[in-house]
Amino acid sequence: MQQLVFYFFAGILVVSGTLVITVKNPVHAALFLVLAFFASAGVWLLLEAEFLAITLVLVYVGAVMVLFLFVVMMLDINLTPLREGFARFLPVGAAVAFLMITAMVLAVGPRYFGADRVAEAVQHPAGYSNTRELGRVLYTDYLYPFEIAAVILLVAIVAAIALTLRPKRQTKAQKPEEQVAVRRADRVRLVKMAPDERQ
Amino acid sequence: MSDLILSLPELVVLGMACAILLACVSRRGAGLVYGLSQGTLFAALLLTIALGPRNRDLAFHGLFVSDPLATVLNSAILLVSMGAFVYSQDYLAARPFLSREYFVLGLFAVLGMMVMVSANNFLTIYLGLELMSLSLYAMVAMHRDSAAASEAAMKYFVLGALASGMLLYGISILYGVSGSLDLHTVAGSLYQHADRSLLLVFGLVFVIAGIAFKLGVVPFHMWIPDVYEGSPTPVTLFLGTAPKLSGFAIAFRLLVEGMEGMVADWQQMLVVLAVLSMAIGNIVAIAQWNIKRMLAYSTIAHMGFLLLGLLAGTKSGYAGSMFYVIAYALMSMGAFGMILLLTRAGFESDRIEDFKGLAERSPWFAFVMLMLMFSLAGVPPFVGFWAKWFVIKEALAAGFVWIAVLAVAFSIIGAYYYLRIIKLMYFDTPEETAPLSCGREMRFVMSLNGLAVLGLGVSPGVLMALCLSAVGAGR
Repeated sequence: MQQLVFYFFAGILVVSGTLVITVKNPVHAALFLVLAFFASAGVWLLLEAEFLAITLVLVYVGAVMVLFLFVVMMLDINLTPLREGFARFLPVGAAVAFLMITAMVLAVGPRYFGADRVAEAVQHPAGYSNTRELGRVLYTDYLYPFEIAAVILLVAIVAAIALTLRPKRQTKAQKPEEQVAVRRADRVRLVKMAPDERQ
Repeated sequence: MSDLILSLPELVVLGMACAILLACVSRRGAGLVYGLSQGTLFAALLLTIALGPRNRDLAFHGLFVSDPLATVLNSAILLVSMGAFVYSQDYLAARPFLSREYFVLGLFAVLGMMVMVSANNFLTIYLGLELMSLSLYAMVAMHRDSAAASEAAMKYFVLGALASGMLLYGISILYGVSGSLDLHTVAGSLYQHADRSLLLVFGLVFVIAGIAFKLGVVPFHMWIPDVYEGSPTPVTLFLGTAPKLSGFAIAFRLLVEGMEGMVADWQQMLVVLAVLSMAIGNIVAIAQWNIKRMLAYSTIAHMGFLLLGLLAGTKSGYAGSMFYVIAYALMSMGAFGMILLLTRAGFESDRIEDFKGLAERSPWFAFVMLMLMFSLAGVPPFVGFWAKWFVIKEALAAGFVWIAVLAVAFSIIGAYYYLRIIKLMYFDTPEETAPLSCGREMRFVMSLNGLAVLGLGVSPGVLMALCLSAVGAGR
């Protein structure tokens, strides 16, 4: 039964993941990404990672993807220039992709990461709380990286505000400190002119 | 509690950066922000040196390490950042777009570098790298009205994100093999997984690609010239100095501390990167007319030299690389600072011709620039000569004779474009006759910078002993 559920979600995940990068319409691509998130949340639930599954749905589907859809709909993306040069770069791209895929299949294939290589997921008793375990580790063992991640978010906020905040040009507000600090050189320019020749 | 004491310099930088963020709002303006930032860096520098341990101390459940390597590199990062802030002050005061954010974001970038330098875990390395990169992306983008700066920021951001992704992918493969993120556990488990060597090499390739992107080594160098040219000069100055030190730190932590068992594998990859960087950097730099772009290609070449010491795979080789990166940070700080010295309000002196006849306008600064250029070219008795000497000697000792020969040949080719600037300064007539106008503080630091290049060149043993002890105990 569990295996059946797993293959159901995994199948949806693979199909929707492929469609994200193949469909032409960007709105459809974003919606398929939402579907992929739901499917992976389902897989996480099977692994008893309830907190992660719910956060994925709440944060990514609820907030990030909705915002993303807004942006995609607001921007008028013209696809034709993006597809220019497709034929020109195809041979090189295909060769690189082929090499990469071969290397990846050799390295990340079932030989090293097969089901027999990985330990079975631990089954926990009914009263077990994944959320509590996560919180305990996050605030003790991983306190240091947790704090750095917080600083990264702070920098992101500072950067976003500094990059987008522009003083409004239309406002007629006076700035007394600038008016008081004005010097003669800012307003008056002395121009030396040669005296006119009178005939 | 001892965790907090060991990481006191980082905590000071973090706390003060947040406080300065609040001070930005005050009407006192940029002068206050500048003073507080310099005070913070100085306090952190004193604390780093005062707390400097004789041996390894772990903190925060083994995620943070405090060892002599971290002390030396952190001190160098703080010192170089202080210099960068001094040089940038006048430029920023004359231009409204960056004046306060530069210092705040700069402090956060310094914090990220310090986290990277004293990281003992893949997780901390990655987070420190992101903290540094994010601050730098924002600093590059801050000049919003300039198309060149926007393009540079976009390129830097996209390629930097790609590099972070590569590094993360490599780290995840290594985690998949060893089951741990701790550098020393990974190092210990490499020997148990001899049957998975293919997988380890696969992960290693991605890790090296990530490091090479961050250092800017060929073939991952494409962003460097555009970003250096497009950014406002103070940002280029900051970008081109301190992050190189932290780049060396993560290369050392990942390759030497984490994967020394695979030295034969990464040695070969570094050989390719080093030879290509020295070749392309030095040859393409000759064709540049923009001095920021020329120094960008010179960076690429110097990072190739830096790898020579690492690829030797010996303790003295690592010490040579460390010497190189500290010397390089000092020299490039001076060179970019000199561009800022020639810059006035409304005039960016980023063409090589702007250096014409500098000797007539200001004999002392022309002489400082001469010392910096000779040092970058690797002429004795300046520090750049010793840096090149140590890494080439170590590469020879490790048996890479042909690479050492190539390195010498390319450094001779590279000498051309450094000497061209000296020729312009001393043998050409100036187009500009206006005397240089800059603050007393900047004059003082610039003179100190030039003399440091000479002083360290006359007695390189002091710094080298420091590097040797740092690398020897970093095991």
